[in-house]
Amino acid sequence: MATEIARHWRLNSQRYRLVGEVCPKCGVKMFPPRDVCTDCLDDSRQPDFEFSGHGEVYSFTTVHNAPEGYQESAPYTVALIKLEEGPLLTAQLTDVENSEVEIGMPVEMVTRKLRTQGEEGVIIYGYKFRPRLPVAH
Amino acid sequence: MPLMKPKTEVGIVGYGSYIPRYRLPAREVARIWNDGEGSVPIKEKAVGGPDEDTMTIGLESARNALARAQINPQNIGAVWVGSESHPYAVKPTSTIIAEAIGATPSTQGADWQFACKAGTETIQAGIGFVAGGMAPYVLGIGADTAQGRPGDALEFTAASGGAAYIIGAAEESLAIFEASYSYVTDTPDFWRRPTTHYPSHGQRFTGEPAYFQHVMSASEIIMEELGYTAKDFAHVILHQPNRKFPERAGAALGFEKAQWVTGLLSPIIGNTYAGASILGLTAVLDIAKPGDKILCVSFGSGAGSDAFVLNATDKITEKQHLAPTTQDYINRRVEIDYATYVRYRNKLKMH
Ligand SMILES: [Zn+2]
Repeated sequence: MATEIARHWRLNSQRYRLVGEVCPKCGVKMFPPRDVCTDCLDDSRQPDFEFSGHGEVYSFTTVHNAPEGYQESAPYTVALIKLEEGPLLTAQLTDVENSEVEIGMPVEMVTRKLRTQGEEGVIIYGYKFRPRLPVAH
Repeated sequence: MPLMKPKTEVGIVGYGSYIPRYRLPAREVARIWNDGEGSVPIKEKAVGGPDEDTMTIGLESARNALARAQINPQNIGAVWVGSESHPYAVKPTSTIIAEAIGATPSTQGADWQFACKAGTETIQAGIGFVAGGMAPYVLGIGADTAQGRPGDALEFTAASGGAAYIIGAAEESLAIFEASYSYVTDTPDFWRRPTTHYPSHGQRFTGEPAYFQHVMSASEIIMEELGYTAKDFAHVILHQPNRKFPERAGAALGFEKAQWVTGLLSPIIGNTYAGASILGLTAVLDIAKPGDKILCVSFGSGAGSDAFVLNATDKITEKQHLAPTTQDYINRRVEIDYATYVRYRNKLKMH
C-alpha cells in the first residue's frame, strides 16, 4: 500500500513539477528519473532534481488527428523540448498558434489539462510548454 | 461593530496572478445576441483556453506567489481555493495545487465556495490561522472560469482568471493587514443549483440590495471603525462585475478615479468572480509604494462582502518583479470570435 502511494506520488511530482534525478557520480541531470545514469551508467541511488521548466523547441510536429481523449485541443503541436539543464523531453505546446512554432523558440513549463476521461472520468493534469512569457521590467 | 484584528500582526508574504491569453470582445457577444445593438458593460473579457480550468489558473497564480514569497512550500500549513467553478463537484482542487507546488502531504487542504467572495474568505481565514500560530504560512487562492448562459447578460462579462496570496508573519510581509471586516445577509440575488451548468440571477435585484448594500456597508464600517476617510487611501479595489458598479460605489464612498483606476481590471478582462477583487489587488501591489494604504472589498452573491485594510511595507519593491506582473498577463492578448469561445469553453450543451 505504502509503496503504491509512493509510486503514484513520484509520478505526480514528474507530471506536475518536472522532478527528475541528478547522477551523484557525474552530475548529469535526467528526466524522467532512471535507475541507471544515462551518461556514466552509475547505478547508485540518485537524488531528486527539480528542473527549472525553461528550455527551447528542439523539433516539432502538428497533430491533426488526435487520439481519443485529446480531441478537445486538436490540432495541436507536439515538440521535443531541450531543457536548459540538458535532457530532452516530449510535450504538447500550448498558448501558441501552430504556425508560430519554430525550432529554437524559448519555452517554459506550465501545468494544464492533458486529457479528460469523458464527462464522468478523472481529469489528467500534467506539463505542457508555452512560449516564454514576455515580462516587462 | 467589531472588526477582525488578530492579536499578532500578519501580512502578505507573496502574491501572484494569472489571466489567460484569450479575449472575447463584448461587441462580439452583442453581434451574436443583439444584432450588435445596445451598449456593452465592458470592452472585453479574458477567456481560458481548452486546457485551462480553475485548477490550472489557481496553480499558476500560486507559483507566482511562491516566487515572490521565496519560502519552502513544505512550510505552507494550508492550501485553500475559493471558486464557483471547481473542476470537480466532489474532489478538491486544493489537493492538486498543494501537490503541484510541493506542499503535500503535511498540509491542510480545502475548497471554499461563496460565489465571488470565496477567494477573500481564504485570506480572512488564513489571517486567523497564521496569527493563531497554527501554521507559518497559508496559501489562499481565488480563481474562476465563470460562465454565463448563452445569450444571458452575464455572458458579456463572465471571465477566467485568478490570484493567490501567501499569508505569513508581519516581519516578512510586503503588506500588513491592519484589519478586516465581513458583512453578510441572506439575499438571493444569484444562484446555481447542483445539477445545472449555468447560474440564474434576480435581474435588477443584483444591483441595489445586493452589490451596493454589501460593498458600501462593508467599506463604510471598516473605514469608520478605523477612523479613516477615502482620502487616507492610496488605492481602493472593489469587487468588479462590470465597470459601472465599482465606479459608482467608489465615487459614493468618496474615492476618486486616481484611487481606483489601477485596481479596476473588469473593463479589459471581465468579471473573474472569486478572482475579481484580489486580481485587482495584485495589479495594485505590482506598483504600490511602501506606506501605501489600500482598501480591498469583495462581494459574493447570496450575499456578502469581505473588506481589508492593508499597509504596504518597505519589502514591497524588492518583491514586485520576482514574478510576472498582472499587466504582463493583460498585455499577452489574443482576440477570439464567438465561435472559438464556444469551442474553448465547451458551450455546445445547454444542461
Ligand atoms: Zn552519471
